[in-house]
Amino acid sequence: MPYVTHLHCRECGRRYPLEAVHACEFCFGPLEAVYDYDALSKNVTRESIERGPHSIWRYRDLLPITGEEVVDINAGFTPLIRARRLGEILGLRELWLKNDCVNPSYSFKDRPVAVASTRALELGFDVLACASTGNLAGAVAAHAARAGMEAYIFIPADLEQGKIIGASIYGPTLVAVDGNYDEVNRLCSELAYNYPWAFVNVNMRPYYAEGSKSLGYEVAEQLGWRAPDCAVVPLASGAMFTMIWKGLNELHRIGLIDSVPTRMMATQAEGCSPIVEAYEKGTMNIRPVKPNTIAKSLAIGNPADGYYALKTIQDSKGGAAAVSDDEVVEGMKLLAETEGIFAETAGGVTVAGLRRLVKSGAISRDELTVAFITGNGLKTQEAVVGKLKEPLTIPPTLQAFQEALAARNSQAASAGSPVVSRQ
Amino acid sequence: MAKRRVMFTFPSELITQPVIYNLGHKYNIVTNIRRADVTEDRGWVILELEAGDEALETGLEYVRGLGVQVNTMEGDVVAG
Repeated sequence: MPYVTHLHCRECGRRYPLEAVHACEFCFGPLEAVYDYDALSKNVTRESIERGPHSIWRYRDLLPITGEEVVDINAGFTPLIRARRLGEILGLRELWLKNDCVNPSYSFKDRPVAVASTRALELGFDVLACASTGNLAGAVAAHAARAGMEAYIFIPADLEQGKIIGASIYGPTLVAVDGNYDEVNRLCSELAYNYPWAFVNVNMRPYYAEGSKSLGYEVAEQLGWRAPDCAVVPLASGAMFTMIWKGLNELHRIGLIDSVPTRMMATQAEGCSPIVEAYEKGTMNIRPVKPNTIAKSLAIGNPADGYYALKTIQDSKGGAAAVSDDEVVEGMKLLAETEGIFAETAGGVTVAGLRRLVKSGAISRDELTVAFITGNGLKTQEAVVGKLKEPLTIPPTLQAFQEALAARNSQAASAGSPVVSRQ
Repeated sequence: MAKRRVMFTFPSELITQPVIYNLGHKYNIVTNIRRADVTEDRGWVILELEAGDEALETGLEYVRGLGVQVNTMEGDVVAG
């Protein structure tokens, strides 16, 4: 028996049936899924969840689907890793990394799309669609392939080759739109109204957004059924941020965790930081911006959930930090060099933002902190091209290797870096 | 007649101007405000506009020209 009961307007509270609608007809407020929490409290236990599959579907009772069949490419249940080396450098005693780089299409977007595609099939759609600059495109194309649905994916015409291939391989109809940021947005919004498709982040948004709650569920379960003291999250539309918070609070509401002391920390790149800017100005009004940052997966100038993200920061007594593109690259390198995780630029935003939040005292040394790493670095390699150590190129002789190593070490010593010498 | 749901974001210098009234009168557009939040230095309004396609386009161009940001009601739909 499904526990999701209806949709309601987040602004005026009006009820709507579980259909492909996303905005309230009266106030145009966003719609959200509502559950029978009393029934969930009675029937869902830690043990019942632990017996489930190693994917987001172990939390299926808490997701807005009504049937038995799900579109499953094994999204979720990604590793939560204790980051001792990075924690030591940043000044944190207990830092954990939620590594969502290892999802099937290499980003957290598999979570919301798993739910949106499942619900789309339940509602009788046979086309899945989205507009994306990378991660969402791959997730939609992969899930549509698995579900046997047709996929239409709209991308900006200047998208990098790697991202085009990352979506094309699954066989969708890929449409490259030649226009500026606003024009691409406007067209895609019109398309969502004019075609009878399941547009995952438009008419399927109430279902799509809920998939990200699984990040909150997993972190709590993996910490031994407790919520962290701080969660550090990269923000684009703000939906994932608000849903991690919702997920943790739902677990508390149905009695699976004792409390939610978590302070939610928002991080953005300075070239697109409308949410952090509003937070720093002390206003709940977001001023849309034109994105200009290497963190393209976070480049949403007019974030749909911006207000709710600010509300989440406020309700959780959290904080926010914006970082420069140079700090983003430094963050990516630091994460890779200390913990062996090659994250995309959004991961660099998280790590650099975390560094700032610790430095400013917003996060203190003894707080159990979880940093969310949401996408794989192989997708944004161009961000670090020319910024990494060059390989030592040598002729095939032992002497050449020894000379090259000595030269590298003397260069490192004069630059003040630690010298590595093992024979 | 076409309908369009949009969000206007006002800079502080336009907060006191009757922008929506002028849009309706100059371009014969029916404006229907559904939600808004206006403070001293910034404000947004979500509204539905109804008019012919051409009137909508020229009317929105007029509003943009004044310095108002015009976005889709849903926020940006192109995601990462």
